[in-house]
Amino acid sequence: MAAVSLNNVVKKFGTMSVVHGASLEVADGEFVVFVGPSGCGKSTLLRMIAGLEDISAGEIVIGGRVVNDVEPAERGIAMVFQSYALYPHMTVEQNLSFGLRMNGNDKADTQRRVSRAADILRISELMHRRPRQLSGGQRQRVAIGRAIVRNPQVFLFDEPLSNLDAELRVQMRVEIARLHKELGVTMIYVTHDQTEAMTLADKIVVLRAGNIEQIGRPLDLYDDPNNQFVAGFVGSPRMNFMAGTVVENSSSVVTVKLANQGGALLRKPLGGPLPAIGAAVVLGVRPEHFGLAGRGDSDITVKVDVAEHLGSTSYVYANAGGGEELVIEREESRHEASLDRMTVSLRATHTYLFDSAGLRLR
Amino acid sequence: MRSKSSAERRRGIALHAALFPLALIWLFPLWMMFVFSTLPENGIFSRDIILTPSDQFVENFNLLESDTGFIRATTISILVAAAYTFLSVALTSMAGWSLACYRFAGKGVVLATILGTLTLPYFVVVIPQFIMVARDFGLHNTLFALIVPPLFNSLGVLFMRQTFSMMPHELFDAARVEGVKEWRIFLFIGLPLARPAVAALSIILFLHSWNNYLWPLLINSKPAMMTAPVALGSLIGLTKVSWGGIMTGAVMLTAPMLVLFVALQRHFVAGISAGAVK
Repeated sequence: MAAVSLNNVVKKFGTMSVVHGASLEVADGEFVVFVGPSGCGKSTLLRMIAGLEDISAGEIVIGGRVVNDVEPAERGIAMVFQSYALYPHMTVEQNLSFGLRMNGNDKADTQRRVSRAADILRISELMHRRPRQLSGGQRQRVAIGRAIVRNPQVFLFDEPLSNLDAELRVQMRVEIARLHKELGVTMIYVTHDQTEAMTLADKIVVLRAGNIEQIGRPLDLYDDPNNQFVAGFVGSPRMNFMAGTVVENSSSVVTVKLANQGGALLRKPLGGPLPAIGAAVVLGVRPEHFGLAGRGDSDITVKVDVAEHLGSTSYVYANAGGGEELVIEREESRHEASLDRMTVSLRATHTYLFDSAGLRLR
Repeated sequence: MRSKSSAERRRGIALHAALFPLALIWLFPLWMMFVFSTLPENGIFSRDIILTPSDQFVENFNLLESDTGFIRATTISILVAAAYTFLSVALTSMAGWSLACYRFAGKGVVLATILGTLTLPYFVVVIPQFIMVARDFGLHNTLFALIVPPLFNSLGVLFMRQTFSMMPHELFDAARVEGVKEWRIFLFIGLPLARPAVAALSIILFLHSWNNYLWPLLINSKPAMMTAPVALGSLIGLTKVSWGGIMTGAVMLTAPMLVLFVALQRHFVAGISAGAVK
């Protein structure tokens, strides 16, 4: 087990910078998830930790040792790839033992490690099959097994579940969480699926365009995002955003007029500097934070487009004019599906205010 | 469904009807080569065209053997072609691998140079090559001179580079993370996965060496070092041409290649078309 530190890590391809000074601390035994949209640099960051990409500037420390110039195999890491990267011409057993055999590891020890990994992942009966004879989930297990046999200090996962169907993805997610609990090693996991991030992580690192936007525990990010991007990225369905204008600011309270919501006014207390009158702001509301009409600080009326009934809850997709589409979560009440319009309330304490640059106003 | 299958059948018949005469035209010289190899000299030049084989094959072969030492020449040809194929596949695979898998300074220049050599006709190269190998290095009349100078095959390098480029590089990264040395990644992962391409390339290179006439003719002047095609060529004299012997030799050189091609056809087609479709 080992802690991992990234100090101002930069990655450039030619003159193009793709990671702009990432700094991060991963504690020993922690499960950290890098999450962000495609092209945000999360896989590049992981490959730099693995040693598969050189870093252009900065420092990577694993287990107290600077590893900038250390070969991947010497870093004490093991990596699971998105495509599984199983050697197609070898059996499962040969896949698991390949690295150890090539490095001249003792035969008995290799056998013992392979058996242990197979037991942990329940793939003992698949040992003589080739990758093409395995299902997606089994292949993923073998790929994880290949990482386990190395007894790494740090596991690196590069979108390991993205090739699986929805059901298997949930199953494997649980398996990975179990594995983390069982092995207790540091794990760094890359995904673009925020549900995976929320369910697996001790700590989430949200990336955008090569920058770390926010680092925190899943619920901290959910409850207290630093900016509009994080607020929108974490949570499913995503946070609703409504354009507004500050019409009054006094005594640590701003009044925001929501032009696209029939000019509804919401008074929101803020602790920091208040935006100027006339400033454009964005009000964020999570789908579950819309209340029943008349029960909050301000009401808005929206036109219902579609309602999705999921059993215990339903999601109402509503159009409020000005191109703003809202998703409203309600406890299951089927009669709302037939409504053309509905009125919901906003509660100031359950809203988030962002300035025109997307930064949170607290 | 029924009409579709009958339309397909009609199309198949039409295609075969068109291809069959073409196949006959292609096979006719081969057949006549075989027929001539079984005829006595006066049969080959008789006024009537003889289309069926006779019984003079062994006699023609004995003539060929006594005039040229054809068995020894064939042995040299096999040895040269096998060594050339093995070494050239190894060399082109390694060059293709490095161009496909590594980033290094001047890679573009190297690739462009290799591509550039394709535009040079062999006849531009052969004289300087002969002067260098025979005069400067004094290596004429050696097996080394037969095998080594033509080893570098730019088309083979580009073919193998393409093959390795199309493999998922995560496989190689996975091995790197496991601490596997680069040459072992090449040997145990890259090369086994490139088997169809290697098989196709081997056939092409073997045929190239087997049929090579000009270079062995230039570099070896001793009869004891002749390859089979050169031995056959030596039957064409100023005053006498032994057509029976030439045709027998041609049959003996062609038949094993046909058998080899048919036996390895699956690999050949798979290698050539690998990556063309997903």
